[in-house]
Amino acid sequence: MSNAITDIYSVLWPELRFLRRHWLSILATSLVSPVLYLVAFGYGLGNNLTVEGVSYIAFIIPGIVALTSMTVSFGGAAMKLNVDRLYYKSFDEFLMSPISHSSIVVGKALLGVVRGLLSCGAIIVMGVFISPQLIIDPLFILSLLVSCLAFSFFGVFAALVVNSHQSMSTFNSLVMLPMTFLCGTFFALSQVPEAVRMVLYVLPLTQSSECIRSAALGEHFPWISLIALVGFGAIFYFASMYKLKKSSI
Amino acid sequence: MDDLITIDRLTKNYGKVEAVKELDLKVRRGEIFGFLGPNGAGKTTTMRVMTTLTKPNSGRVSIDGLDVVKEGERVKELIGVVQQHLSLDRDLSIRENMVLHARLHRMRSTERENRIRELIEYAGLSEHADKMVDVLSGGMKKRATIMCALLHRPQLLFLDEPTVGLDAQTRRRMWDLVRRLNSDGTTIFLTTHYIEEAQALCDRVGIIDHGRLIALGSPLELRQKLGMVAVEMQGDNNGTRYQYFSDRAGATRFVQDIASQDQTIIIRESNLEDVFVELTGQKVGDA
Ligand SMILES: Nc1ncnc2c1ncn2[C@@H]1O[C@H](COP(=O)(O)OP(=O)(O)O)[C@@H](O)[C@H]1O
Ligand SMILES: [Mg+2]
Repeated sequence: MSNAITDIYSVLWPELRFLRRHWLSILATSLVSPVLYLVAFGYGLGNNLTVEGVSYIAFIIPGIVALTSMTVSFGGAAMKLNVDRLYYKSFDEFLMSPISHSSIVVGKALLGVVRGLLSCGAIIVMGVFISPQLIIDPLFILSLLVSCLAFSFFGVFAALVVNSHQSMSTFNSLVMLPMTFLCGTFFALSQVPEAVRMVLYVLPLTQSSECIRSAALGEHFPWISLIALVGFGAIFYFASMYKLKKSSI
Repeated sequence: MDDLITIDRLTKNYGKVEAVKELDLKVRRGEIFGFLGPNGAGKTTTMRVMTTLTKPNSGRVSIDGLDVVKEGERVKELIGVVQQHLSLDRDLSIRENMVLHARLHRMRSTERENRIRELIEYAGLSEHADKMVDVLSGGMKKRATIMCALLHRPQLLFLDEPTVGLDAQTRRRMWDLVRRLNSDGTTIFLTTHYIEEAQALCDRVGIIDHGRLIALGSPLELRQKLGMVAVEMQGDNNGTRYQYFSDRAGATRFVQDIASQDQTIIIRESNLEDVFVELTGQKVGDA
Protein backbone atom coordinates (compact mmCIF):
# COMPACT_ATOMS: atom_id res chain seq x y z
CA MET A 1 0.00 0.00 0.00
CA SER A 2 2.68 2.54 0.95
CA ASN A 3 4.46 1.34 -2.15
CA ALA A 4 1.41 2.20 -4.24
CA ILE A 5 1.20 5.66 -2.69
CA THR A 6 4.86 6.33 -3.49
CA ASP A 7 4.29 5.08 -7.04
CA ILE A 8 1.25 7.30 -7.51
CA TYR A 9 3.22 10.26 -6.26
CA SER A 10 6.03 9.40 -8.69
CA VAL A 11 3.56 9.47 -11.57
CA LEU A 12 2.14 12.78 -10.40
CA TRP A 13 5.55 14.29 -9.62
CA PRO A 14 6.50 15.65 -13.08
CA GLU A 15 3.09 17.25 -13.38
CA LEU A 16 3.48 18.97 -10.03
CA ARG A 17 6.88 20.25 -11.16
CA PHE A 18 5.27 21.70 -14.24
CA LEU A 19 2.39 23.15 -12.29
CA ARG A 20 4.73 24.81 -9.82
CA ARG A 21 6.52 26.53 -12.67
CA HIS A 22 3.47 27.67 -14.60
CA TRP A 23 0.67 27.80 -12.03
CA LEU A 24 -0.26 31.39 -12.62
CA SER A 25 -0.79 31.12 -16.36
CA ILE A 26 -2.50 27.75 -16.00
CA LEU A 27 -4.84 29.16 -13.38
CA ALA A 28 -5.54 32.35 -15.33
CA THR A 29 -6.32 30.43 -18.53
CA SER A 30 -8.66 28.09 -16.75
CA LEU A 31 -10.60 30.99 -15.19
CA VAL A 32 -11.39 32.85 -18.39
CA SER A 33 -14.54 31.02 -19.36
CA PRO A 34 -16.05 30.62 -15.86
CA VAL A 35 -15.55 34.31 -15.18
CA LEU A 36 -17.15 35.19 -18.51
CA TYR A 37 -20.13 32.98 -17.68
CA LEU A 38 -20.37 34.59 -14.28
CA VAL A 39 -20.37 38.09 -15.72
CA ALA A 40 -22.53 37.44 -18.78
CA PHE A 41 -25.15 35.23 -17.19
CA GLY A 42 -24.90 36.23 -13.56
CA TYR A 43 -24.78 39.99 -13.90
CA GLY A 44 -25.92 40.48 -17.47
CA LEU A 45 -28.97 38.29 -17.40
CA GLY A 46 -29.75 37.65 -13.85
CA ASN A 47 -29.81 40.95 -12.02
CA ASN A 48 -33.34 40.64 -10.80
CA LEU A 49 -33.98 36.98 -11.43
CA THR A 50 -34.60 34.36 -8.81
CA VAL A 51 -34.52 30.63 -9.37
CA GLU A 52 -36.11 28.20 -6.92
CA GLY A 53 -36.19 30.94 -4.33
CA VAL A 54 -32.55 32.09 -4.52
CA SER A 55 -30.99 34.92 -6.48
CA TYR A 56 -29.82 33.85 -9.91
CA ILE A 57 -26.21 34.70 -9.17
CA ALA A 58 -26.23 32.54 -6.03
CA PHE A 59 -27.82 29.83 -8.13
CA ILE A 60 -25.24 29.77 -10.89
CA ILE A 61 -22.06 30.09 -8.82
CA PRO A 62 -22.24 26.48 -7.60
CA GLY A 63 -23.17 25.46 -11.15
CA ILE A 64 -20.09 27.19 -12.48
CA VAL A 65 -17.98 25.49 -9.82
CA ALA A 66 -19.35 22.13 -10.98
CA LEU A 67 -18.76 23.06 -14.60
CA THR A 68 -15.21 24.13 -13.84
CA SER A 69 -14.52 20.92 -11.96
CA MET A 70 -15.55 19.12 -15.13
CA THR A 71 -13.70 21.11 -17.77
CA VAL A 72 -10.50 21.75 -15.84
CA SER A 73 -10.18 18.27 -14.35
CA PHE A 74 -11.03 16.59 -17.60
CA GLY A 75 -8.73 18.79 -19.65
CA GLY A 76 -5.95 18.71 -17.08
CA ALA A 77 -5.90 14.93 -17.04
CA ALA A 78 -6.58 14.41 -20.74
CA MET A 79 -4.58 16.95 -22.72
CA LYS A 80 -1.05 16.29 -21.54
CA LEU A 81 -1.55 12.55 -21.35
CA ASN A 82 -2.91 12.43 -24.87
CA VAL A 83 0.01 14.45 -26.25
CA ASP A 84 2.54 12.42 -24.23
CA ARG A 85 1.05 9.22 -25.51
CA LEU A 86 0.59 10.10 -29.16
CA TYR A 87 3.28 12.61 -30.02
CA TYR A 88 6.07 12.51 -27.51
CA LYS A 89 5.86 8.82 -26.69
CA SER A 90 6.93 9.70 -23.17
CA PHE A 91 3.96 7.77 -21.81
CA ASP A 92 5.70 4.55 -22.90
CA GLU A 93 8.33 5.30 -20.26
CA PHE A 94 5.66 4.88 -17.60
CA LEU A 95 4.48 1.65 -19.15
CA MET A 96 8.03 0.26 -19.23
CA SER A 97 8.64 1.01 -15.58
CA PRO A 98 7.81 -1.52 -12.87
CA ILE A 99 4.93 0.68 -11.67
CA SER A 100 1.50 -0.92 -11.90
CA HIS A 101 -1.17 0.24 -14.31
CA SER A 102 -3.46 1.21 -11.47
CA SER A 103 -0.86 3.55 -9.97
CA ILE A 104 -0.34 5.09 -13.40
CA VAL A 105 -4.06 5.67 -13.97
CA VAL A 106 -4.60 7.12 -10.50
CA GLY A 107 -1.45 9.27 -10.69
CA LYS A 108 -2.44 10.69 -14.05
CA ALA A 109 -5.97 11.35 -12.81
CA LEU A 110 -4.70 13.18 -9.73
CA LEU A 111 -3.16 15.77 -12.00
CA GLY A 112 -6.68 16.61 -13.16
CA VAL A 113 -7.85 16.73 -9.55
CA VAL A 114 -5.08 19.10 -8.52
CA ARG A 115 -5.79 21.44 -11.39
CA GLY A 116 -9.55 21.21 -10.89
CA LEU A 117 -9.28 22.05 -7.21
CA LEU A 118 -6.98 24.96 -7.93
CA SER A 119 -9.38 26.55 -10.42
CA CYS A 120 -12.50 25.77 -8.43
CA GLY A 121 -10.83 27.19 -5.33
CA ALA A 122 -10.34 30.50 -7.10
CA ILE A 123 -13.96 30.58 -8.21
CA ILE A 124 -15.19 29.72 -4.74
CA VAL A 125 -13.20 32.63 -3.33
CA MET A 126 -14.80 34.94 -5.88
CA GLY A 127 -18.15 33.31 -5.23
CA VAL A 128 -18.26 33.95 -1.50
CA PHE A 129 -17.42 37.60 -2.12
CA ILE A 130 -20.23 37.97 -4.62
CA SER A 131 -22.75 35.90 -2.75
CA PRO A 132 -21.90 35.47 0.96
CA GLN A 133 -24.84 33.15 1.54
CA LEU A 134 -22.98 30.22 -0.10
CA ILE A 135 -22.12 27.44 2.34
CA ILE A 136 -18.69 25.92 2.00
CA ASP A 137 -18.95 22.90 4.29
CA PRO A 138 -17.43 19.39 4.29
CA LEU A 139 -20.27 18.12 2.12
CA PHE A 140 -19.51 20.80 -0.43
CA ILE A 141 -15.80 19.92 -0.39
CA LEU A 142 -16.59 16.22 -0.66
CA SER A 143 -18.86 16.83 -3.65
CA LEU A 144 -16.23 18.94 -5.32
CA LEU A 145 -13.51 16.34 -4.73
CA VAL A 146 -15.61 13.48 -6.05
CA SER A 147 -16.58 15.53 -9.06
CA CYS A 148 -12.98 16.43 -9.89
CA LEU A 149 -11.92 12.82 -9.46
CA ALA A 150 -14.71 11.44 -11.63
CA PHE A 151 -14.03 13.84 -14.48
CA SER A 152 -10.30 13.26 -14.18
CA PHE A 153 -10.77 9.52 -14.68
CA PHE A 154 -13.01 10.39 -17.60
CA GLY A 155 -10.14 12.52 -18.97
CA VAL A 156 -7.58 9.75 -18.52
CA PHE A 157 -9.84 7.35 -20.35
CA ALA A 158 -10.44 9.79 -23.19
CA ALA A 159 -6.70 10.42 -23.52
CA LEU A 160 -6.04 6.69 -23.77
CA VAL A 161 -8.77 6.05 -26.31
CA VAL A 162 -8.64 9.05 -28.59
CA ASN A 163 -6.02 8.62 -31.28
CA SER A 164 -5.52 12.10 -32.65
CA HIS A 165 -5.61 15.67 -31.55
CA GLN A 166 -8.37 16.24 -34.07
CA SER A 167 -10.61 13.63 -32.47
CA MET A 168 -9.89 15.14 -29.08
CA SER A 169 -11.40 18.45 -30.14
CA THR A 170 -14.30 16.68 -31.85
CA PHE A 171 -14.91 14.91 -28.57
CA ASN A 172 -14.84 18.23 -26.76
CA SER A 173 -17.46 19.74 -29.05
CA LEU A 174 -19.71 16.70 -29.09
CA VAL A 175 -19.58 15.70 -25.44
CA MET A 176 -18.20 18.42 -23.22
CA LEU A 177 -19.82 21.46 -24.80
CA PRO A 178 -23.42 20.15 -24.69
CA MET A 179 -22.92 19.13 -21.07
CA THR A 180 -21.69 22.64 -20.29
CA PHE A 181 -25.01 24.15 -21.24
CA LEU A 182 -27.48 21.40 -20.50
CA CYS A 183 -26.61 19.97 -17.14
CA GLY A 184 -28.26 22.44 -14.83
CA THR A 185 -25.37 24.86 -14.67
CA PHE A 186 -27.37 27.85 -15.82
CA PHE A 187 -30.95 26.77 -15.21
CA ALA A 188 -32.88 24.58 -12.78
CA LEU A 189 -33.73 21.16 -14.08
CA SER A 190 -37.20 21.55 -12.65
CA GLN A 191 -37.83 23.99 -15.49
CA VAL A 192 -37.42 21.47 -18.29
CA PRO A 193 -39.99 18.87 -19.44
CA GLU A 194 -39.98 15.52 -17.69
CA ALA A 195 -38.64 13.54 -20.67
CA VAL A 196 -35.70 15.89 -21.22
CA ARG A 197 -34.97 15.86 -17.51
CA MET A 198 -34.69 12.07 -17.53
CA VAL A 199 -32.10 12.27 -20.27
CA LEU A 200 -30.13 15.01 -18.55
CA TYR A 201 -29.99 13.02 -15.32
CA VAL A 202 -27.89 10.44 -17.08
CA LEU A 203 -25.14 12.99 -17.67
CA PRO A 204 -22.51 13.19 -14.96
CA LEU A 205 -22.30 16.97 -14.87
CA THR A 206 -25.97 17.04 -13.85
CA GLN A 207 -25.16 14.89 -10.84
CA SER A 208 -22.20 17.07 -10.02
CA SER A 209 -24.22 20.31 -10.24
CA GLU A 210 -26.95 18.80 -8.08
CA CYS A 211 -24.51 17.80 -5.34
CA ILE A 212 -22.45 20.95 -5.31
CA ARG A 213 -25.45 23.26 -5.51
CA SER A 214 -27.44 21.47 -2.82
CA ALA A 215 -24.47 21.65 -0.47
CA ALA A 216 -23.78 25.30 -1.26
CA LEU A 217 -27.37 26.40 -0.83
CA GLY A 218 -28.04 24.22 2.20
CA GLU A 219 -30.73 22.18 0.46
CA HIS A 220 -31.54 18.51 0.96
CA PHE A 221 -28.38 16.66 -0.15
CA PRO A 222 -28.83 14.20 -3.06
CA TRP A 223 -26.72 11.29 -1.87
CA ILE A 224 -27.85 9.23 -4.85
CA SER A 225 -26.24 11.78 -7.16
CA LEU A 226 -23.01 11.58 -5.24
CA ILE A 227 -23.03 7.81 -5.47
CA ALA A 228 -23.79 8.06 -9.18
CA LEU A 229 -20.78 10.33 -9.56
CA VAL A 230 -18.56 7.88 -7.70
CA GLY A 231 -19.85 5.10 -9.96
CA PHE A 232 -19.17 7.21 -13.00
CA GLY A 233 -15.55 7.74 -11.91
CA ALA A 234 -15.17 4.05 -11.13
CA ILE A 235 -16.42 3.06 -14.57
CA PHE A 236 -13.80 5.22 -16.24
CA TYR A 237 -11.08 4.00 -13.89
CA PHE A 238 -11.80 0.41 -14.86
CA ALA A 239 -12.23 1.33 -18.51
CA SER A 240 -8.79 2.97 -18.45
CA MET A 241 -7.26 -0.11 -16.85
CA TYR A 242 -8.87 -2.28 -19.49
CA LYS A 243 -7.63 -0.03 -22.27
CA LEU A 244 -4.04 -0.15 -20.96
CA LYS A 245 -4.17 -3.90 -20.70
CA LYS A 246 -5.62 -4.32 -24.15
CA SER A 247 -3.45 -1.79 -25.94
CA SER A 248 -0.34 -3.74 -25.02
CA ILE A 249 -1.67 -6.78 -26.88
CA MET B 1 28.53 -18.36 -24.09
CA ASP B 2 25.21 -17.98 -22.34
CA ASP B 3 22.19 -16.36 -23.93
CA LEU B 4 20.57 -13.31 -22.40
CA ILE B 5 17.69 -12.99 -24.87
CA THR B 6 15.94 -15.94 -26.46
CA ILE B 7 13.32 -15.29 -29.10
CA ASP B 8 11.38 -18.35 -30.13
CA ARG B 9 9.13 -18.31 -33.22
CA LEU B 10 7.91 -14.79 -32.53
CA THR B 11 5.04 -13.56 -34.68
CA LYS B 12 3.33 -10.20 -34.43
CA ASN B 13 0.58 -8.91 -36.70
CA TYR B 14 -1.04 -5.52 -36.87
CA GLY B 15 -4.33 -6.38 -38.51
CA LYS B 16 -3.33 -7.74 -41.88
CA VAL B 17 0.24 -6.47 -41.66
CA GLU B 18 2.63 -9.21 -40.59
CA ALA B 19 5.25 -7.09 -38.86
CA VAL B 20 7.30 -10.02 -37.51
CA LYS B 21 7.09 -13.60 -38.77
CA GLU B 22 8.29 -16.64 -36.86
CA LEU B 23 11.46 -14.96 -35.69
CA ASP B 24 14.08 -17.06 -33.91
CA LEU B 25 17.03 -15.29 -32.37
CA LYS B 26 19.43 -15.53 -29.48
CA VAL B 27 21.46 -12.66 -28.08
CA ARG B 28 24.48 -13.47 -25.94
CA ARG B 29 25.29 -11.93 -22.63
CA GLY B 30 27.93 -9.23 -22.96
CA GLU B 31 27.74 -8.61 -26.69
CA ILE B 32 26.69 -5.68 -28.82
CA PHE B 33 24.03 -7.13 -31.05
CA GLY B 34 22.83 -5.20 -34.09
CA PHE B 35 19.42 -5.70 -35.63
CA LEU B 36 19.86 -4.40 -39.15
CA GLY B 37 17.07 -3.84 -41.64
CA PRO B 38 15.32 -1.26 -43.80
CA ASN B 39 12.50 0.94 -42.53
CA GLY B 40 9.40 -1.13 -41.92
CA ALA B 41 11.33 -4.39 -41.57
CA GLY B 42 9.96 -5.06 -38.10
CA LYS B 43 12.84 -3.96 -35.88
CA THR B 44 10.85 -1.65 -33.63
CA THR B 45 8.02 -4.14 -33.36
CA THR B 46 10.43 -6.86 -32.22
CA MET B 47 11.92 -4.47 -29.71
CA ARG B 48 8.51 -3.44 -28.39
CA VAL B 49 7.72 -7.08 -27.71
CA MET B 50 11.05 -7.64 -25.97
CA THR B 51 10.51 -4.56 -23.82
CA THR B 52 6.97 -5.58 -22.73
CA LEU B 53 5.19 -2.76 -24.55
CA THR B 54 3.50 -5.04 -27.06
CA LYS B 55 2.22 -8.58 -26.71
CA PRO B 56 3.11 -11.09 -29.42
CA ASN B 57 0.48 -13.02 -31.39
CA SER B 58 2.49 -16.17 -30.93
CA GLY B 59 5.92 -17.27 -29.91
CA ARG B 60 7.94 -16.53 -26.81
CA VAL B 61 10.58 -14.09 -25.73
CA SER B 62 12.60 -14.58 -22.59
CA ILE B 63 15.20 -12.34 -21.05
CA ASP B 64 17.59 -13.90 -18.56
CA GLY B 65 15.17 -16.81 -18.39
CA LEU B 66 12.14 -14.62 -17.62
CA ASP B 67 9.16 -14.62 -19.95
CA VAL B 68 8.47 -11.05 -21.10
CA VAL B 69 4.71 -11.57 -21.12
CA LYS B 70 4.25 -13.56 -17.93
CA GLU B 71 7.07 -12.04 -15.92
CA GLY B 72 7.02 -8.55 -17.39
CA GLU B 73 7.41 -6.82 -14.04
CA ARG B 74 10.71 -8.55 -13.35
CA VAL B 75 11.93 -8.14 -16.91
CA LYS B 76 11.40 -4.38 -16.60
CA GLU B 77 13.93 -4.28 -13.79
CA LEU B 78 16.61 -5.92 -15.95
CA ILE B 79 16.30 -3.77 -19.02
CA GLY B 80 16.85 -0.17 -20.03
CA VAL B 81 15.15 1.09 -23.15
CA VAL B 82 15.89 3.99 -25.46
CA GLN B 83 13.14 4.37 -27.98
CA GLN B 84 13.46 5.44 -31.57
CA HIS B 85 11.66 8.70 -30.86
CA LEU B 86 12.76 11.10 -28.21
CA SER B 87 10.75 10.14 -25.17
CA LEU B 88 11.87 12.74 -22.65
CA ASP B 89 9.26 14.94 -20.99
CA ARG B 90 9.73 18.31 -22.69
CA ASP B 91 8.23 20.20 -19.81
CA LEU B 92 11.11 19.14 -17.59
CA SER B 93 14.86 19.68 -17.44
CA ILE B 94 17.33 16.88 -18.10
CA ARG B 95 17.89 16.39 -14.39
CA GLU B 96 14.16 16.33 -13.69
CA ASN B 97 13.66 13.76 -16.40
CA MET B 98 16.27 11.63 -14.71
CA VAL B 99 14.60 12.08 -11.33
CA LEU B 100 11.33 10.97 -12.89
CA HIS B 101 12.92 7.84 -14.32
CA ALA B 102 14.62 7.02 -11.08
CA ARG B 103 11.34 7.45 -9.25
CA LEU B 104 9.52 5.25 -11.74
CA HIS B 105 12.13 2.61 -10.98
CA ARG B 106 11.63 3.09 -7.26
CA MET B 107 15.14 4.26 -6.48
CA ARG B 108 15.59 5.76 -3.03
CA SER B 109 16.40 9.43 -2.86
CA THR B 110 20.04 9.27 -1.74
CA GLU B 111 20.91 6.56 -4.23
CA ARG B 112 18.99 8.53 -6.83
CA GLU B 113 20.93 11.74 -6.27
CA ASN B 114 24.30 10.00 -6.46
CA ARG B 115 23.46 7.96 -9.50
CA ILE B 116 22.08 10.96 -11.39
CA ARG B 117 25.17 13.02 -10.67
CA GLU B 118 27.38 10.14 -11.76
CA LEU B 119 25.54 9.61 -15.05
CA ILE B 120 25.33 13.30 -15.90
CA GLU B 121 29.09 13.40 -15.61
CA TYR B 122 29.53 10.15 -17.53
CA ALA B 123 27.54 11.59 -20.43
CA GLY B 124 29.34 14.92 -20.32
CA LEU B 125 26.13 16.80 -19.62
CA SER B 126 27.14 18.58 -16.42
CA GLU B 127 26.71 22.07 -17.84
CA HIS B 128 23.36 21.27 -19.39
CA ALA B 129 21.65 19.19 -16.75
CA ASP B 130 19.35 21.93 -15.55
CA LYS B 131 18.33 23.12 -18.99
CA MET B 132 14.97 22.28 -20.46
CA VAL B 133 14.95 19.45 -22.97
CA ASP B 134 14.05 21.53 -25.99
CA VAL B 135 17.05 23.85 -25.87
CA LEU B 136 19.54 20.98 -26.17
CA SER B 137 21.06 19.62 -29.37
CA GLY B 138 19.90 16.33 -30.84
CA GLY B 139 23.00 14.51 -29.64
CA MET B 140 22.63 15.79 -26.08
CA LYS B 141 18.97 14.81 -25.97
CA LYS B 142 19.86 11.34 -27.14
CA ARG B 143 22.63 10.98 -24.58
CA ALA B 144 20.28 12.22 -21.88
CA THR B 145 17.71 9.63 -22.91
CA ILE B 146 20.34 6.92 -22.71
CA MET B 147 21.36 8.08 -19.24
CA CYS B 148 17.72 7.89 -18.15
CA ALA B 149 17.61 4.31 -19.36
CA LEU B 150 20.77 3.47 -17.40
CA LEU B 151 19.69 4.86 -14.04
CA HIS B 152 18.55 1.60 -12.53
CA ARG B 153 21.70 -0.23 -13.72
CA PRO B 154 20.08 -2.51 -16.32
CA GLN B 155 22.02 -5.56 -17.51
CA LEU B 156 20.61 -5.12 -20.96
CA LEU B 157 20.20 -1.90 -22.88
CA PHE B 158 17.91 -1.59 -25.90
CA LEU B 159 18.67 1.19 -28.36
CA ASP B 160 16.23 1.70 -31.21
CA GLU B 161 18.01 3.52 -34.04
CA PRO B 162 20.28 5.43 -31.65
CA THR B 163 21.95 7.62 -34.27
CA VAL B 164 19.10 8.56 -36.58
CA GLY B 165 19.14 12.29 -37.20
CA LEU B 166 22.59 12.85 -35.70
CA ASP B 167 25.46 14.39 -37.67
CA ALA B 168 28.56 12.36 -38.44
CA GLN B 169 30.68 13.55 -35.48
CA THR B 170 27.87 13.13 -33.01
CA ARG B 171 27.22 9.68 -34.37
CA ARG B 172 30.83 8.62 -33.76
CA ARG B 173 30.67 9.97 -30.21
CA MET B 174 27.50 7.95 -29.72
CA TRP B 175 29.31 4.84 -30.94
CA ASP B 176 32.07 5.48 -28.43
CA LEU B 177 29.51 5.81 -25.69
CA VAL B 178 27.88 2.52 -26.66
CA ARG B 179 31.28 0.76 -26.70
CA ARG B 180 32.11 2.22 -23.31
CA LEU B 181 28.81 1.04 -21.84
CA ASN B 182 29.40 -2.38 -23.28
CA SER B 183 32.90 -2.66 -21.90
CA ASP B 184 31.49 -1.63 -18.52
CA GLY B 185 29.42 -4.80 -18.70
CA THR B 186 26.10 -3.89 -20.29
CA THR B 187 24.75 -6.11 -23.04
CA ILE B 188 23.52 -3.97 -25.92
CA PHE B 189 20.73 -4.72 -28.36
CA LEU B 190 20.51 -2.01 -30.97
CA THR B 191 18.52 -1.62 -34.14
CA THR B 192 19.75 0.35 -37.09
CA HIS B 193 19.20 0.83 -40.77
CA TYR B 194 22.75 2.15 -41.17
CA ILE B 195 25.02 -0.58 -42.38
CA GLU B 196 28.20 1.27 -41.34
CA GLU B 197 26.81 1.40 -37.84
CA ALA B 198 26.23 -2.33 -37.66
CA GLN B 199 29.66 -2.97 -39.16
CA ALA B 200 31.51 -0.52 -36.92
CA LEU B 201 29.83 -1.29 -33.66
CA CYS B 202 28.35 -4.75 -33.46
CA ASP B 203 29.87 -8.06 -32.42
CA ARG B 204 27.06 -9.83 -34.22
CA VAL B 205 24.43 -8.69 -36.64
CA GLY B 206 21.00 -10.09 -37.50
CA ILE B 207 19.58 -8.89 -40.78
CA ILE B 208 15.79 -8.57 -40.82
CA ASP B 209 13.62 -7.91 -43.84
CA HIS B 210 9.83 -8.07 -44.14
CA GLY B 211 9.62 -9.41 -40.62
CA ARG B 212 11.98 -12.33 -41.23
CA LEU B 213 15.52 -12.90 -40.08
CA ILE B 214 17.53 -13.53 -43.22
CA ALA B 215 21.11 -13.65 -41.94
CA LEU B 216 22.93 -13.87 -38.64
CA GLY B 217 26.59 -13.70 -37.68
CA SER B 218 29.52 -11.38 -37.03
CA PRO B 219 30.13 -8.82 -39.77
CA LEU B 220 33.20 -10.82 -40.74
CA GLU B 221 31.34 -14.13 -40.90
CA LEU B 222 28.63 -12.59 -43.01
CA ARG B 223 31.19 -11.20 -45.43
CA GLN B 224 33.05 -14.49 -45.54
CA LYS B 225 29.86 -16.29 -46.50
CA LEU B 226 29.42 -13.92 -49.41
CA GLY B 227 33.09 -13.51 -50.34
CA MET B 228 35.65 -11.13 -48.93
CA VAL B 229 36.38 -9.43 -52.23
CA ALA B 230 33.85 -7.64 -54.41
CA VAL B 231 34.13 -6.86 -58.11
CA GLU B 232 31.99 -3.95 -59.17
CA MET B 233 31.32 -3.59 -62.90
CA GLN B 234 30.01 -0.15 -63.76
CA GLY B 235 28.94 1.46 -67.01
CA ASP B 236 27.02 -1.54 -68.22
CA ASN B 237 23.57 -0.85 -69.67
CA ASN B 238 22.05 -2.92 -66.89
CA GLY B 239 23.54 -0.63 -64.25
CA THR B 240 26.25 -1.83 -61.91
CA ARG B 241 26.76 -5.55 -61.47
CA TYR B 242 28.60 -7.28 -58.64
CA GLN B 243 30.51 -10.51 -58.22
CA TYR B 244 32.05 -11.81 -55.01
CA PHE B 245 35.20 -13.87 -54.48
CA SER B 246 36.84 -15.42 -51.51
CA ASP B 247 40.19 -13.78 -52.29
CA ARG B 248 41.89 -11.19 -54.49
CA ALA B 249 43.47 -13.76 -56.75
CA GLY B 250 40.08 -15.13 -57.80
CA ALA B 251 38.74 -11.65 -58.35
CA THR B 252 41.73 -10.62 -60.43
CA ARG B 253 41.46 -13.70 -62.62
CA PHE B 254 37.78 -13.00 -63.20
CA VAL B 255 38.46 -9.40 -64.15
CA GLN B 256 41.17 -10.38 -66.64
CA ASP B 257 38.80 -12.82 -68.33
CA ILE B 258 35.96 -10.35 -68.84
CA ALA B 259 38.06 -7.22 -69.43
CA SER B 260 36.46 -4.84 -71.90
CA GLN B 261 36.95 -1.16 -72.66
CA ASP B 262 33.54 0.34 -72.03
CA GLN B 263 33.35 -0.82 -68.45
CA THR B 264 34.80 0.57 -65.25
CA ILE B 265 35.76 -2.29 -63.00
CA ILE B 266 36.55 -1.89 -59.32
CA ILE B 267 38.00 -4.54 -57.08
CA ARG B 268 37.46 -3.83 -53.40
CA GLU B 269 36.81 -5.48 -50.05
CA SER B 270 33.24 -6.60 -49.63
CA ASN B 271 31.18 -5.08 -46.83
CA LEU B 272 27.94 -5.63 -44.99
CA GLU B 273 26.06 -3.60 -47.54
CA ASP B 274 27.00 -6.16 -50.17
CA VAL B 275 25.68 -8.88 -47.92
CA PHE B 276 22.46 -7.01 -47.44
CA VAL B 277 21.94 -6.22 -51.10
CA GLU B 278 22.62 -9.78 -52.15
CA LEU B 279 20.21 -11.14 -49.57
CA THR B 280 17.35 -8.77 -50.11
CA GLY B 281 17.83 -7.57 -53.66
CA GLN B 282 17.53 -4.00 -52.51
CA LYS B 283 19.54 -1.22 -50.98
CA VAL B 284 18.91 -0.59 -47.31
CA GLY B 285 16.58 2.35 -46.91
CA ASP B 286 14.77 1.79 -50.21
CA ALA B 287 12.04 -0.29 -48.68
N1 LIG C 1 1.07 0.23 -34.26
C1 LIG C 1 1.08 -0.24 -35.52
N2 LIG C 1 -0.08 -0.42 -36.18
C2 LIG C 1 -0.09 -0.91 -37.43
N3 LIG C 1 1.00 -1.25 -38.12
C3 LIG C 1 2.19 -1.10 -37.53
C4 LIG C 1 2.30 -0.58 -36.21
N4 LIG C 1 3.60 -0.54 -35.86
C5 LIG C 1 4.27 -1.00 -36.94
N5 LIG C 1 3.44 -1.34 -37.93
C6 LIG C 1 3.82 -1.92 -39.23
O1 LIG C 1 4.64 -3.04 -38.99
C7 LIG C 1 5.72 -3.09 -39.89
C8 LIG C 1 7.04 -3.08 -39.12
O2 LIG C 1 7.21 -1.82 -38.53
P1 LIG C 1 8.42 -1.48 -37.55
O3 LIG C 1 8.57 -2.58 -36.58
O4 LIG C 1 8.19 -0.13 -37.01
O5 LIG C 1 9.67 -1.47 -38.54
P2 LIG C 1 11.13 -0.85 -38.35
O6 LIG C 1 11.31 -0.47 -36.94
O7 LIG C 1 12.04 -1.94 -38.80
O8 LIG C 1 11.22 0.32 -39.27
C9 LIG C 1 5.55 -1.90 -40.82
O9 LIG C 1 4.90 -2.35 -41.98
C10 LIG C 1 4.67 -0.97 -40.05
O10 LIG C 1 3.89 -0.20 -40.91
MG1 LIG D 1 11.78 1.37 -36.18
